[in-house]
Amino acid sequence: MNPISTSPMTPSLYTVKKKIAESHDTFSLDLAPRDGSPLITFQPGQFNMLYAFGVGEVPISISGPAPGTSGLIHTIREVGNVTRALHQLKKGATLGLRGPFGSSWPIEEARGKDVVIIAGGIGLAPLRPVIYKLLEQRNQFGNIALLYGTREPNDLLFTKEFEIWRGKYGIQVKITVDTADSNWRGNVGVVTTSIARVSFEPAHTIAMICGPEIMMRYAVLEMKRRGVSEDHIYMTMERNMKCAIGFCGHCQFGPAFICKDGPVFRYDKVKHFFGIREI
Amino acid sequence: MKTLESILSVHPFFVNLESKYMALITGCASNVRFEAGEFIHRQGEEANSFCIIRQGKVALQVCPPHKNPVTVQTVSDGEILGWAWLVPPYHWQFDAQAVELTRAIVLDGKCLRNKCNEDHTLGYELLSRLLPIVGQTMEATRIQLLDLYGARS
Amino acid sequence: MTEKKIIDREGLNQLIKVLLDMGFQVAGPTLRDEAIVYENIQSIKDLPEGWTDEQDGGIYRLKKRSDKALFGYVVGPHSWKKFLHPPERRLWKATLNESDFEIIPEESDPRKFAFLGVRSCELHAIAIQDKVFLEGNHKDPSYQLRRENAFFIAVHCGQAGGTCFCVSMNTGPRAESGFDLALTEVIHDNDHYFVVETGSDRGMDVIKKIPNRKAEAREVEHADSKIAEATAQMGRVLDTTNIKELLYQNLEHPQWDDIANRCLSCANCTMVCPTCFCSTVEDVTDITGDHAERWQKWDSCFTMDFSHLHGGEVRTSTKSRYRQWMTHKLASWQDQFGSSGCVGCGRCITWCPVAIDFTEEVPKICGSENSNTAVTKENEAPHENS
Repeated sequence: MNPISTSPMTPSLYTVKKKIAESHDTFSLDLAPRDGSPLITFQPGQFNMLYAFGVGEVPISISGPAPGTSGLIHTIREVGNVTRALHQLKKGATLGLRGPFGSSWPIEEARGKDVVIIAGGIGLAPLRPVIYKLLEQRNQFGNIALLYGTREPNDLLFTKEFEIWRGKYGIQVKITVDTADSNWRGNVGVVTTSIARVSFEPAHTIAMICGPEIMMRYAVLEMKRRGVSEDHIYMTMERNMKCAIGFCGHCQFGPAFICKDGPVFRYDKVKHFFGIREI
Repeated sequence: MKTLESILSVHPFFVNLESKYMALITGCASNVRFEAGEFIHRQGEEANSFCIIRQGKVALQVCPPHKNPVTVQTVSDGEILGWAWLVPPYHWQFDAQAVELTRAIVLDGKCLRNKCNEDHTLGYELLSRLLPIVGQTMEATRIQLLDLYGARS
Repeated sequence: MTEKKIIDREGLNQLIKVLLDMGFQVAGPTLRDEAIVYENIQSIKDLPEGWTDEQDGGIYRLKKRSDKALFGYVVGPHSWKKFLHPPERRLWKATLNESDFEIIPEESDPRKFAFLGVRSCELHAIAIQDKVFLEGNHKDPSYQLRRENAFFIAVHCGQAGGTCFCVSMNTGPRAESGFDLALTEVIHDNDHYFVVETGSDRGMDVIKKIPNRKAEAREVEHADSKIAEATAQMGRVLDTTNIKELLYQNLEHPQWDDIANRCLSCANCTMVCPTCFCSTVEDVTDITGDHAERWQKWDSCFTMDFSHLHGGEVRTSTKSRYRQWMTHKLASWQDQFGSSGCVGCGRCITWCPVAIDFTEEVPKICGSENSNTAVTKENEAPHENS
């Protein structure tokens, strides 16, 4: 491919290989190039722009290949026109894809250290490829904890995998929901309260946090309170995104373009702007 | 088999508490066990026990009329179950139900609060250990109120 | 430095003709709707002969000059970005067949532009947009083609406008580079001529095709004194010392509220700004639903929609949108692209309907007498206090 003559704004065509219902409002699309060319390589944390014919384009983080899938997995929550159109796609349908774009989670830096992964809602999706990477080389990492929170039990994603992660790989998986009825046997409370329930060595821990911005603020606070230094805390930011390549200006967050400097940021690099209203 | 004192003295809640108080607390402590589904206390009941969960999980619930009970918080290993035993009017505000088999150490809350009234140093010690937990719980509740995961409307 | 040449008015006319014959679409200043705008031109007859512009905060008026100057104005509401980074551009088309679809890439734009009358600040603005579209990890091939094909005839400013501050931004009034040819218009006694500098081999080739003669020292002196006059005439001044740090430290300064009380959020400043590059995309389909197109359009950080995130906007207040614009232009631009995003052309001041003046507001926000140090500390550690 000639990068000069090929516009980075033109999508490639992909086929829906499989559609997976993840929860009442969230689904995954397993995508492979329509022309049969090899899958693009990506780093955990990166995202693609998915285009639904005639409707529009949205940034969706790559949530795998996962067990039982063949292509690139994109886990999508139905919240607007484009995601609704993507939800209506059936197996075999075509969509447009540009990517992968953006920064990735610091897996190399985490080697030899404890890893605390904190996810909220659909924020688990971009972190799942990290978990797979850590599991591939389980002995290269210390304690691994996954703290995952959603609003209600039926919002939880990838629930079938928790037991494997817990049992086979010894990951401390703490699931919590904001509210539940009495059928729920798990934890109720905000995800940050789970931090006290897992063991890790704060001075040798890398934290990776993805979820609603406010959740991340409190998670960062709690990790700092536990003694994890700011340059060991990574998180993602979300802003409106149109081009994904730094041309359109929409995703600016202070000096950063989320699309190319993020979505994964080291906390100390953005803390000056993090939490300023309407920034 | 560990003694109650050896368990309690290393518990974060009681750490560095003077030994005479530790002895007093151990004196009113006993091991308890709740089966899954068993209620530990009910909303409105007099709060006379101070439970420290050793293992298991307890749900704090409210039951709105015509609806299923709603769990607002769970407490589990190493955590304490409520403070109503020390704060007037000494009534539980929520139902507490064991979600799974739960082992706990229960202290006589009525006895403890009487001791606190007599010995303000003990009262200060216990309150200053409870207050951070009350604060954290309130902070967590506020975050829950934000309904973080819902699409903003 | 190659020797300077002299061409007269007819020589300039020849220059336009030569460029047209070479297949260039020549764009230059012309009168329209009581403003000097950049449009396609055919000869010097299209130029705004004998007109000048009077500018101040919220004020733009054309006035007759006492001479027949062709470039006797400063800058109007247009900048060359409308040619290089067009306000609307189709990115691609797509056609549905059965349940499948194909994407038809847009063919490259065959037009070659020659820009006549490019001011120094505008050359700097183009160099700044080059950094956005050509010097990152991704290139915009469409911009690149138009940019590489374009021929630049700069005109050094012989006068400054009421809202100009290029001297503060180090972007003028003399064009130093980035042009193929650069002209200084001199009207002296009864003479009317242009001192021509060449800035490229292309420029050299073109100048050879039109009648010219070697400039005399006296003529070059006249030209230089015109530019010196412009330098001394700057209508505005902006102190940019530590401007990035000062703006970052004052993101919660009360002056933002004061500006927001006046700002109409009309987006004029972003539309006239020669460096503002933000765009959005629009997906359109025809009535059959079988044909779709994706268009890129200029967008502005002053629109509510700009910061839309499923279910709400991040920047709902005018204060936050103005702050985004100004801090981007003067502060975060430096982090992003290594230079200021402002070239001191003054358009945002002139074309602001309520005359909000960049150069007045910055000292109020950054000035030590008003800066709120308590807020600054809080910003540095926004989570320590709850």
